[in-house]
Amino acid sequence: MKKMTILISTFALVLSMAATGFAADTIKLGVAGPHSGDLAPYGIPAMKAAQLVVKKINAQGGILGKQVELLIQDDQCKPEIATNTATKLVTDGADVVLGHICSGATKAALGIYKDAKIPVMSPSATNPPLTQSGDYPNFFRTIASDDMQAKMAVDFAINKLGVKKVAVLHDKGDYGKGFAEFAKKYLDESGKVDVVLFAGITPGAMDYSSIVQKVRKNGAEALIFGGYHPEASKLISQMKRKRLKTIFISDDGVKDNSFLKVAGDAANGAYVTGPRDLSGIPLNAAATAEFKAEYGKEPGAFFQEGYSAALALLNAIEKAGSTDYDAVTHALRTEYVDTPVGRIKFDSKGDAEGVGFSVYKVENGAFVELK
Amino acid sequence: MEYFLELFFGGLTRGSIYALIALGYTMVYGIIQLINFAHGEIYMIGAFVALIVAGVCTIYGLSGVSILILAGIIAVIYASAYGYTLEKIAYRPLRGAPRLSPLISAIGMSIFLQNYVLLAQTSDFLPFPRLIPDFAFMEPVAHIIGSPELVILVTTFITMILLTLLIKKTRVGKAMRATQQDMNMARLVGINVDRIISLTFVIGSALAAIGGVLVASYIGQVNFYIGFLAGVKAFTAAVLGGIGSIPGAVLGGLVLGWAESFAAGYISSAYEDVFTFGLLVVILILRPAGILGKASKQKV
Repeated sequence: MKKMTILISTFALVLSMAATGFAADTIKLGVAGPHSGDLAPYGIPAMKAAQLVVKKINAQGGILGKQVELLIQDDQCKPEIATNTATKLVTDGADVVLGHICSGATKAALGIYKDAKIPVMSPSATNPPLTQSGDYPNFFRTIASDDMQAKMAVDFAINKLGVKKVAVLHDKGDYGKGFAEFAKKYLDESGKVDVVLFAGITPGAMDYSSIVQKVRKNGAEALIFGGYHPEASKLISQMKRKRLKTIFISDDGVKDNSFLKVAGDAANGAYVTGPRDLSGIPLNAAATAEFKAEYGKEPGAFFQEGYSAALALLNAIEKAGSTDYDAVTHALRTEYVDTPVGRIKFDSKGDAEGVGFSVYKVENGAFVELK
Repeated sequence: MEYFLELFFGGLTRGSIYALIALGYTMVYGIIQLINFAHGEIYMIGAFVALIVAGVCTIYGLSGVSILILAGIIAVIYASAYGYTLEKIAYRPLRGAPRLSPLISAIGMSIFLQNYVLLAQTSDFLPFPRLIPDFAFMEPVAHIIGSPELVILVTTFITMILLTLLIKKTRVGKAMRATQQDMNMARLVGINVDRIISLTFVIGSALAAIGGVLVASYIGQVNFYIGFLAGVKAFTAAVLGGIGSIPGAVLGGLVLGWAESFAAGYISSAYEDVFTFGLLVVILILRPAGILGKASKQKV
């Protein structure tokens, strides 16, 4: 009996040695994100997406003749843990990393990957400087950054609507004010438009007649509002009542059916930005179906982006023909790949081209995507 | 000048609504020294009832103004019933209790009513039909003062005249004034004080409901939370004018409306509330009892 145990454990030992021996011949995809703690719902869908992608690719024979191995690490969305996570992944020999999820954790970890020359792709870190600062040439993401919406709205106002005077209002909240500040920045930078008014309004105030009158007095041709639908519908109704011709432009917080319902006729002719309609992309539906077949429920936050990031990373390795850092990042920037968020490649800063927002116009009480 | 007038009428409209709600606070305070925190919720319930009535009326094919009047009347009846019941179950049992007890009871009722509407209706914002038509003759000045503002101002004005007549000229009004001056003395001369207190709640609730219906059809949306925010502002108006004083509540409402409108128009809309409450602080420093309030000596 005792001999038997020794025999088995020897076998086990040999087997495990063999496994580590093989490990050099696998492609290692690190996955980092919150998999425990209160922010876990943001990290687990991307992790499961990576598992689904890897399972599928391995079943088809892997990449460059090698199997893909997942290295999963939990960072709890905490910057101080994320640096440990990153070090661990680097030590374990990750070739590419899918992660991290939270912008703060991503920023903390990026330097470590940069020194180790590992390409990193986040499905969810939307903080603009991560790509725009140029500090992290190894960083990519499959989600649009926070300021993309504002840029979209501003480009639309300047190029499509041709307005010269714009008022920017916000609801003083993080989301609305952030949007409004980016909008103002891009308007100022364009040099073609006067920001005639930049102001906060009080959410829940009885009415907005004074601020509407102020918009009129300043002669704004368009009003860009950062905030949510209750204030937006109040504003747009009062603008109509006060006979303003100012064009109303707003954000994703307003792209809600409640806005159409509450503002009614007054909403017609307004523009809002919102995530692109992805339902027409076959891979998107396929990925959701795959998840449902495996887990029997809806995927959750950042699943599609995570799925896309896993596909994009592995595709780049395949196109590059190796896991060499320069070859892989070059492939990410030059080779298109079909993903659930569309057919994408990455720009020089690391943002996915073609991912992000569309402008919608309210026509006859419905949002219509403008191509 | 045009801009000034726009802000002036905007402030006047908002202020007159504040005044309507503030009257309920001040009348109740005048009689039983209670700050009825659930008063804002009565205003919200008025708006919701009007919304339901308007929905039913639209099915029967009635037109704008007739719906407004019918919805207004039913909302007033409902809100009055709520006010009456509120007093009966939440405040009357605490009549002899220390002053803090009914106050806490009032906060409790406020939370209860909010959540009741939240559960019975919805947490969403609901569209309220625009019951006040755009009168064509207003068109040249519609951007300064439109028909909704005009209807609000006229309704508020008429309501306040009726209230003044009720208090100054009728027997009930006389009884109310007597109860306000000295409840025990009023009881001694044969006034049914409990009934007068109930009546005060009914009248205050009716005024709040009128305000609720007017605002909802002016703004075009209702939500279970609107009562809280309007209540805070109206309470401020009542304190500003001198709580307990009826002309004070009206004046306080108007001053508050104008202050907000002009501050938002000429200085900064982001700091609207800062100016409002800054003004309150200044006035309370200069006149601790409010603009028209009488400084009463505490009987020790």
